Amino acid sequence: MDAITVRGIRKSFGGTEVLRGIDLDVSAGTVFALLGPNGAGKTTLLGILSTLVAADAGTATVAGHDVAHEPEQVKRRISVTGQAAAVDQVLTGRENLRMMGRLSGLGRADAARRADELLDRFGLVEAAGKRVGTYSGGMRRRLDLAISLILAPPVVFLDEPTTGLDTRSRQALWDEIRALTANGTTVLLTTQYLEEADQLADRIAVIEHGVVVAEGTADELKARVGGEVLTVSDAAGAVLAELPTDGTVAGLRRALAGLGNADAASVSLRSPSLDDVFLAVTGSPATREPELALTKD
Amino acid sequence: MTTLTAPGHAAAPAPAAPPRAASVFATFVGRSMLHTLRTPDALVMAIALPTMLMVLFTQVFGGAIAPGGGYVDYVVPGIILLCAGYGAASVAVDVATDMTTGVIDRFRTMPMRAETVITGHVVASLVRNLVATAIVIGVALLLGFRPSAGPIEWIGMGALVALYILAITWVFAAIGLAASNPEAANGYGFFLMFLPYVSSAFVPVDTMPEWLRWIAENQPLTPIIETIRGLLLGTYIGTSGWWALGWCAAFLAVGAVLTRVLFRAKAGRR
Repeated sequence: MDAITVRGIRKSFGGTEVLRGIDLDVSAGTVFALLGPNGAGKTTLLGILSTLVAADAGTATVAGHDVAHEPEQVKRRISVTGQAAAVDQVLTGRENLRMMGRLSGLGRADAARRADELLDRFGLVEAAGKRVGTYSGGMRRRLDLAISLILAPPVVFLDEPTTGLDTRSRQALWDEIRALTANGTTVLLTTQYLEEADQLADRIAVIEHGVVVAEGTADELKARVGGEVLTVSDAAGAVLAELPTDGTVAGLRRALAGLGNADAASVSLRSPSLDDVFLAVTGSPATREPELALTKD
Repeated sequence: MTTLTAPGHAAAPAPAAPPRAASVFATFVGRSMLHTLRTPDALVMAIALPTMLMVLFTQVFGGAIAPGGGYVDYVVPGIILLCAGYGAASVAVDVATDMTTGVIDRFRTMPMRAETVITGHVVASLVRNLVATAIVIGVALLLGFRPSAGPIEWIGMGALVALYILAITWVFAAIGLAASNPEAANGYGFFLMFLPYVSSAFVPVDTMPEWLRWIAENQPLTPIIETIRGLLLGTYIGTSGWWALGWCAAFLAVGAVLTRVLFRAKAGRR
């Protein structure tokens, strides 16, 4: 069963076409990653699926309900973590969780109990009584994610969830996402990190300039690039060229012939990475620096 | 994030039962009350400013305005409205702050009416300003304010002040939605705070030049002030009572409708 279906979704903001006809199917209980550079339209697509943004054309369903015509039904089945921390800065971490629990339909006692569980789970017990305004960016992010997990919704949207998290917290969040899907929740996340998509996602859609330029499992996408990648380095180890080959001797010969006068260089072969996929389908290298990812989509 | 080994989501994903409207309302009012207690500046300003003005007008200017004394009785009704205005103005900033942080988007993706967040601010403002008004009246009594009102007049006065606070708060909530950021919201509110000065709050309107008198006589705050004065001190109310109720109802309607429209425009689907 598909937890999310997207058909021909288009959206423009002030004459600029942000989404130019997106089609996607996300199976229930899987992690689906939208991979793409800043400005690719990932956040807008998430906005449409979470009922915040109205599409200009096309249809989308989430957990079996049309986002345009049954937003209330959709809202009962999703949780959203956006890029901006959606937390109340004046309240404490515990108060935030309790309030959001109450607003999610939990009774007073249940909301309090769930708040304590999540504080513990996200390493916020010590900070629980402090105002969120005094939290670090990473703590705020964790609280934001904790709020999204107050209930176990059928569909969870995460917009660049690990941006600004340290390695340990990132790993912990990945574990959390895996635990969610093990229980049947569907997770749709956006990311600029290839590693994240590779490690976490059952399927990946690469989005650029508002269209899906490639879609499949990480292995399928890598297979599209070719058999092996020929890496050419100079004596100091600096990479001079990376050339995809089809894995045959003939392909390797062609690649080497294309090198021209580089007899002193050393060569090696490696399996293609998602980097190569990204380069091949978008024509530009993927973002690697976490700092770059802090700017909004 | 240390204890993540055991899967904590025992429950299978299921659609959430939407919260009852009453508990959403109570939660948002509670949130706004907590905000008030955490950032007491608004409450302090709502009490301190009118109190200082009252001391200024009764003790410094009062002797010159009414050499025979008794100015405190004249000025207190106006100060009460001034107090309500100052106190309500902070709602514009609260609303603008909510609208410019990510928290509103989360509310909008939850199965409830996100607009209730504004209602929460309005109700908290009503409570906050009634407390402030009570304190200001207490100070006035210390300064020699001697109202002749009986219990019924006090209740009537309280009800009118509450209605006025509610009405002006909705207007400020709409200003908060119209403003692009909290600072702008603060600035727009200034105009409304100026209104009490050009009314019968501090001096009788017939002491003003003709053109200004016409404005002062016909502006909304004058009948409200005259009604409060009449209820507290037994002065002649006449048609002022009806005008006062009418103006409050008009403010309330305009503020509430504008808030609704602006909220839809700003926090509706983009």
